[in-house]
Amino acid sequence: MAVKIKIPTPLQKLTGNKAEFISEGGNIRELIENLEKEYPGLKERLYDKEGKLRRFINIYVNEEDVRFLQRDATPLKDGDEVSIIPAIAGGGK
Amino acid sequence: MKLTDEQIERYSRQIILPDVGGKGQEKLLKGSVLIIGAGGLGSPAALYLACAGVGKIGIVDSDKVELNNLQRQILHSTDDVGRPKSESAKERLNNINGDVEVVPYHTRITSKNILDIIKGYDIIVDGSDNFPTRYLVNDACVISKKPLSHGGIFRFDGQAITILPGESACYRCLFHEPPPPGLVPSCQEAGILGAVAGIIGVIQANEALKYILGIGELLTGSLLVFNALDSSFRKVKVPMNPDCPVCGKNPAITELIDYEEFCQVRPRPAVDGSDR
Ligand SMILES: [Zn+2]
Repeated sequence: MAVKIKIPTPLQKLTGNKAEFISEGGNIRELIENLEKEYPGLKERLYDKEGKLRRFINIYVNEEDVRFLQRDATPLKDGDEVSIIPAIAGGGK
Repeated sequence: MKLTDEQIERYSRQIILPDVGGKGQEKLLKGSVLIIGAGGLGSPAALYLACAGVGKIGIVDSDKVELNNLQRQILHSTDDVGRPKSESAKERLNNINGDVEVVPYHTRITSKNILDIIKGYDIIVDGSDNFPTRYLVNDACVISKKPLSHGGIFRFDGQAITILPGESACYRCLFHEPPPPGLVPSCQEAGILGAVAGIIGVIQANEALKYILGIGELLTGSLLVFNALDSSFRKVKVPMNPDCPVCGKNPAITELIDYEEFCQVRPRPAVDGSDR
């Protein structure tokens, strides 16, 4: 499945400053594994040591948070847009 | 409350809005907003709220104005460098609009004082700059059932969400817990364009105005995500999480937490946002 993935600013260092590109995967976990091959280091930013998605970074398929779908087993179909959205705390102080 | 001739003139451009009118203006003049942080987000928010005639605006900030703040913190001027931000904010807002009672709090917000401070306000605008304060503000607002407009920025990214405790998702429904120190960059280390903070801060002001006026749809149940580089706004859904540690079915958090301070003391070496 070809999906569009959106990378947030804090992770773009790992993707060669790319904010958006097309990748492949039948579900979220496969997609992340594929991304990890291309952009090593990305996976450990998303998963903790126990292999669970971190609690201050969310993954969305289109507008839906995968925590409320099937987490990393959430299936993907052609044309889906997957966004990674981390908590950000800045206030311009 | 009866509007004076001067008030009718001052607020005429918003009074003529069908959704506002004289009644709405009276609501604004009776309304109150607490702004946490008189920085990049709090500055534009405070200015628009004061201009609109929100009757009482509280400003919480423990810092003093520094020269490097002025690039984005549009409440303060060159002459204010060295003054407490809360005082500088009060003077500026009073100069703009004498209808507004400005209450400065030159203090750090903590688990000890937050419930007392937020108590006297209709809605809270969080313009703080660090995770411990953001989670503290969220939890305090949920526990006190106080509406909250949350806004955050990081470089060219911005986020905003409005929280009506008990009715819509809270910040912990969205992000369960703060990242451990060092894992996600925050605070001073990131760099910011003033205009990016302005966009999110003004969205927060607009949420507070809509809340007081009781018009439109609040930014509840979804997170607004802004990117300044491609000028895109999008929304993702944020359902209430039954497992939320503060507003869920069996909340684990029943007392406020002061998380360890994440920011390292300045000056720190140039830190790239994504480095561990
Ligand atoms: Zn919650």
